[in-house]
Amino acid sequence: MAPETDYLLAVEGLTVSFDGFRAVDDLSFYLDRNEIRVVIGPNGAGKTTVLDLICGRTKATAGSIKFDGAELTRMREHEIVRAGVGRKFQTPSIYEDLTVFENLEISFPRGRSVFGALAFRRDSEVSDRVEEVARSVFLHDQLDRSAGTLSHGQKQWLEIGMLLIQNPALLMLDEPVAGMSVSERVKTAELLRRVIQHRSVLVIEHDMGFVESIADKVTVLHQGRVISEGSIAHVKADRKVVEVYLGH
Amino acid sequence: MTFLNRKDALFILLLAALLLVLLPMVLEPFRLNLVGKYLTYGFVALGLVLCWGDAGILSLGQGVFFGLGGYCMSMYLKLEASTPEATKIQSTPGIPDFMDWNQITELPLFWQPFHSLPLTLIAIPLVPSLLALGIGFAMFKRRVGGTYFAIITQAIAAILTILIIGQQGYTGGVNGITDLRTLNGWDVRSDHAHNVLYFINAGLLLGCLLLAQYVRRSKLGRILVAMRDKEDRVRFSGYGVADFKIFVFCFAAALAGIGGAMFTLQVGFMSPSFVGIVPSIEMVIYCAVGGRTSLLGAVYGALAVNWARTSLSEAFPELWLLALDSLFILVVVAFPDGLAGVYRRYLDPVLDRLLPSLRRSSLAHPSAVLPVEPVVSAE
Repeated sequence: MAPETDYLLAVEGLTVSFDGFRAVDDLSFYLDRNEIRVVIGPNGAGKTTVLDLICGRTKATAGSIKFDGAELTRMREHEIVRAGVGRKFQTPSIYEDLTVFENLEISFPRGRSVFGALAFRRDSEVSDRVEEVARSVFLHDQLDRSAGTLSHGQKQWLEIGMLLIQNPALLMLDEPVAGMSVSERVKTAELLRRVIQHRSVLVIEHDMGFVESIADKVTVLHQGRVISEGSIAHVKADRKVVEVYLGH
Repeated sequence: MTFLNRKDALFILLLAALLLVLLPMVLEPFRLNLVGKYLTYGFVALGLVLCWGDAGILSLGQGVFFGLGGYCMSMYLKLEASTPEATKIQSTPGIPDFMDWNQITELPLFWQPFHSLPLTLIAIPLVPSLLALGIGFAMFKRRVGGTYFAIITQAIAAILTILIIGQQGYTGGVNGITDLRTLNGWDVRSDHAHNVLYFINAGLLLGCLLLAQYVRRSKLGRILVAMRDKEDRVRFSGYGVADFKIFVFCFAAALAGIGGAMFTLQVGFMSPSFVGIVPSIEMVIYCAVGGRTSLLGAVYGALAVNWARTSLSEAFPELWLLALDSLFILVVVAFPDGLAGVYRRYLDPVLDRLLPSLRRSSLAHPSAVLPVEPVVSAE
């Protein structure tokens, strides 16, 4: 038994192989409470797979993921969410046929069982919270709009809003500024700086300017393994990192 | 009632007026009984709107649930018709005639509960739901969906048909369960009984429509649509997606079972020809023609297609299947949202202009016959 630590997330010996190919290979890292960690690495390094493993989308072949004392590798996706892990996908993943309000409402953490959902009432607690979150993701005047008609950047914000309304202790973001215009990118950086307070965040991002502006610590992955970890300055000075990633 | 806006209420009242006042006034008893039969498919179509239209789960085996409901009802009626006095010429009096013909000398255990009317009424929605629960659990927990699920439900329809036909002594075989007479002492074969049953059927259908509308307007209804769209996002918002699919599949099965029981009562028999692959696919066509995202559309679809079937098959018996299939292809290609889609596109805007007072309560974006939309503006 590993000693109990105060880490929010402790990943140890995590391995997953797809038909013999080890996408993630004996990976270990630890995330503090309220820490902002950015994961970088070349394409195919296993970054997205790590997020998939933490949120239960992919099952680990070996290793453990401890979150706030709970072993996530044995839990199902929705139980992991309820334990306090929120995940944003790389491409905006929202409900195009529903309105912005309904998108946020579905993400509100109440009435998540079948009969809970049948009995769910849209009371003032729900609508106040939806409006509050919509305001923080710049969508408060779009509540009745069908989400499918939003711009790409607005869809990304909406999905971030859908995570915020869950108020997760760990927020995982997969390339949150990819595909955004310059002005959207600036606004998103500002939004993220606000939402990452009071929670731990695990971000995958390629935009080094963006990484430098938010990261506490950076983990560099290559071929499923950690090749470097530490402050931005430390990682940038690491010869191995320059070789496989930054040097390109 | 927050799950109905003014427009929904108006259209449901119009349907009620059509079913409960207009049709009984203009149709002779024989035709009215036929309409009653068509409407029993409306129950199935309502379930398909939730299951297929909203949640995106295409079941090609709804005939199974329709049949199970129908068989539950027919077993009760058959037992009531098989009194020892009525069957005294059999070698074993008191059991259904087809059992006697098949050298069965004792009523099988699974027939026993159908001596009781209350148990039968409970079994009609419950037996189909339990089977749906079993199928749903096995499929959805393993994340089987889409085409695979459709094929499996179709296989189940084939299996049940073969089972019923093969187990002649227990089920009446290919002829089904026939020669049904009374329901708790009340003769169901007379014109008067047909008339009463028609109204019970129409009333039940309207009740089920309201219930289905309540489910669609609850958060559960929005989660179904969300699941169809982005299943993973729903899962990663903390919902057990499989549970919701199982629920809606069971709900659709229960509705189909009620339809089947009403069918048996009005038509006077039940047979495997209403269970198998062909009737199951036809039920999907009713829903598609009416509009798979509209409850009212589905009811009108069941009515219209069956009406066309009767008229066409009276005139050109060979052409009917060809016509039905052409209709389905036409709908899929030209009107993917069926009758309801045509209404929404062409008639609804006109109606909004003529009756602006209705629009106020149904929000700004293009409305549906019974759309799933927020009631948020009311607060």
